[in-house]
Amino acid sequence: MRLLKLVPDNTNIGFVSLRGWAFGLTTLLTVIAVFFTLTRGLNLGVDFVGGLMIEAKFEQPAPIDQLRGDLDKLGVGEVSLQQFGDPRTVSIRLPLPKSQDPGATTAVVNKVQATIKQRFPTVQFNRTDTVTGKVSGELIRNGIFAVILAVFAIAIFGWFRFEWQFGLSTFVAIGHDVLMTLGFFAVTQLEFDLNIVAAVLTIVGYSINDKIVIDDRIRENMRKYRQMDMRGIVDLSVNETLPRTVMTSLTVLLALGALLIWGGHVLRGFTAAMILGVIVGTYSSIYVSSSLLITLGLKPQPLAAPKVKGAPGGAERVTREGY
Amino acid sequence: MLDFPRWKRIAISLALALGVFLAIPSLIGETNAKRLHLDALPRISLGLDLAGGSHILLEADIQDVAKSRLAAMEDQVRSQMRRADPPIEIGDVSTNNGSLTFFVRDATRVDAAFELVRSQTTGIGTSGQRDWEVRLVDGNRVVMTPTRAGLESFINEAMNGATDVVRKRIDALGTKEPTIIRQGSDRILVQVPGFGDPAALKALIGRTAKLEFKLVDQGVSQADLEAGHAPIGSQILHFESVNGRPGPPIAVQRRAIINGSQLTKAQQAYDQNNAPAVSITFNSEGGRRFAQVTRENVNKPFAIILDNVVLSAPNINEPILGGSAQIMGSFTVESAQQLAIALQSGSLPVALKVVEERTVGPGLGQDSIRAGITASIIASVAIIVFMLVTYGRFGVYANFAVVLNIFVILAVMAMLGSALTLPGIAGFVLTIGTAVDANVLINERIREELRRGRNVVMAVELGYKEASRTIFEANATHAISGVIMLLLGSGPVKGFAVVLLIGIITSVFTAVTFTRMLTAGYIRRRRPATLHI
Repeated sequence: MRLLKLVPDNTNIGFVSLRGWAFGLTTLLTVIAVFFTLTRGLNLGVDFVGGLMIEAKFEQPAPIDQLRGDLDKLGVGEVSLQQFGDPRTVSIRLPLPKSQDPGATTAVVNKVQATIKQRFPTVQFNRTDTVTGKVSGELIRNGIFAVILAVFAIAIFGWFRFEWQFGLSTFVAIGHDVLMTLGFFAVTQLEFDLNIVAAVLTIVGYSINDKIVIDDRIRENMRKYRQMDMRGIVDLSVNETLPRTVMTSLTVLLALGALLIWGGHVLRGFTAAMILGVIVGTYSSIYVSSSLLITLGLKPQPLAAPKVKGAPGGAERVTREGY
Repeated sequence: MLDFPRWKRIAISLALALGVFLAIPSLIGETNAKRLHLDALPRISLGLDLAGGSHILLEADIQDVAKSRLAAMEDQVRSQMRRADPPIEIGDVSTNNGSLTFFVRDATRVDAAFELVRSQTTGIGTSGQRDWEVRLVDGNRVVMTPTRAGLESFINEAMNGATDVVRKRIDALGTKEPTIIRQGSDRILVQVPGFGDPAALKALIGRTAKLEFKLVDQGVSQADLEAGHAPIGSQILHFESVNGRPGPPIAVQRRAIINGSQLTKAQQAYDQNNAPAVSITFNSEGGRRFAQVTRENVNKPFAIILDNVVLSAPNINEPILGGSAQIMGSFTVESAQQLAIALQSGSLPVALKVVEERTVGPGLGQDSIRAGITASIIASVAIIVFMLVTYGRFGVYANFAVVLNIFVILAVMAMLGSALTLPGIAGFVLTIGTAVDANVLINERIREELRRGRNVVMAVELGYKEASRTIFEANATHAISGVIMLLLGSGPVKGFAVVLLIGIITSVFTAVTFTRMLTAGYIRRRRPATLHI
């Protein structure tokens, strides 16, 4: 049996020569993403803005207009309705009642559910979430803090394990991935909730994984080919790791594709974010972080003895033995 | 590197076999596990989003803790002064601005009063700090203020007490595997899987349930009642509100005859008109006191007060000697049962309010589990086929590793007692996707080394050696983001992070160590001159 080779042996694609164009494109897309995030804003879920969310599942495709008419008459504040993952499921969002009375929220939930049940007796109420402003404030702060901390921690890891240029280029590339994901949510107006924070952090994790593999190869090749210029080294390293990049992206996309199609509506936003993240993360490994290394002036050091950093676990020594 | 001593092979195989074994109870369901006598082994529990149920985050009213501590200290000071020999007369007692102040009438007794008050404070920890700061102002005025450490310890005590009370109340509902944990300094998280009525749950655990019996002060004029003016030693309370309008006012003595902490039993019953009521039994001390007070106050009314609302104010027709009483009010059977549970479990030492509430219906959870399993199986099959056609024999090894990894993750989750959530399933599917990355790295590296003209043994050895370093670094950074999610994330993010982290650790073992053992075995047995990879 002949085995599948997605990337032919000894590819030699001139990634680096395209990097001027790529930088332009990357900058443009990032600016667009930031622009949409700032102007259109994210469709933040009750996790982050507080309020009341009721998810209702109907027998037929959900009659949104009719529902809106019924619920507006209740006088429970501004009602926002949205299809959630599949056409039969609707998420109904309401502000929290102003009254301090502990039973007030339950009363509103009961009122809304009774009104819908009256017209659609077969409706099912899947979920009810109530988040007060104090908690949602904390959740959003923790979410932002977690993402920022993750990006910085990983950049610092890159700096200690490699050179400062690796840390900085990784930092920029991952920042780009996060901004693109936010832009995606601003453009599609998919609901941005706690699950999506997990998705963003996973994108950060996946993307760094991808970059470390290439960075690791660049470092190896810098030691191996001390006479080669940096452009050559980056091209060689990206090409050498290309089969792995393609293979891994595809397996992950296969898994995510299965989740997108069969994983149920609750995870759809999460999966969509992840798929975008894998694509963006793979792109930024080649065209942001690796290419940036050249701009940042990283060079092989032909004469100096190779620096041995205080790496834990002896991983550094392992590379020495081979040569 | 391709050298695997026998003991190492045995150890790896045993570890994996154990993993598979421990995963079985979670995979075959509870009834099958029982049939195979595996029900003593831990199984993975389902998170709320999969099992359905209620998640309620309660927050304590910190102000309330400070206030009730001040009130308690006021009572304590008054009774200490009365009991002193001879009694110390104090006046102008106030608890405003977070301090208790009072004035000692007899200038010669100020020192005695001061010492007496000081003896009421206690030290906290080993710092030598006390819970109250006592000062003397203007020669004869004593000011008591809780210290910072004191307040913290009051809140801590109140929260521990409140957590116990909430636990007792939920246990009384008889639901399966509820989670009740303190979060931070002033919160309690309650998760009750599979409980259908979140409103009832909330009503039950959020209720303070402070029950008091107090004598009615009949000497207050209607005008004073309306204006809310109560004589010293009395207070104005209201009856239950009806249709949103507050009930009529009534004056009662501040000192309670008896309170809820002195009851031993509370249960739902019916009164003589067959309306739902709650019957309560006092402990012996409470019963004696109740008997004494009712004997002394025949033909006077007393008020039954729940959470500062007067439920009823019956007349004492004759001394009540049996040590039991019945609480009547506008109850339904359910609300009477709830009140009985709340009274039986004791009152909350601090008022709690709901700041976050999530309810998942059982239907959604079922759908999600089915969808999650379908997606996992399809993802696994797709990846297994993909790996097989790409790497042949080495793809099979990687696939063995992936399947074992699934078992080991399940086993570790069951052992750690972490619940599987919907985002956890996503983490699971993603882990399947990324776990093969290690094998991809290794196999691609072996291909590369072969292209460079190295012999089989050398290529495999270098492939594993070089790729291992990359795998270590890549997984370390991946783990960093996982740890951050675990530490800072809430709810779904945590559930996802747990699976991700477990997956990262187990996948290194299965994808690197285990496949190396298989590869080494193959090369030693067959000594192939070329590799089909």
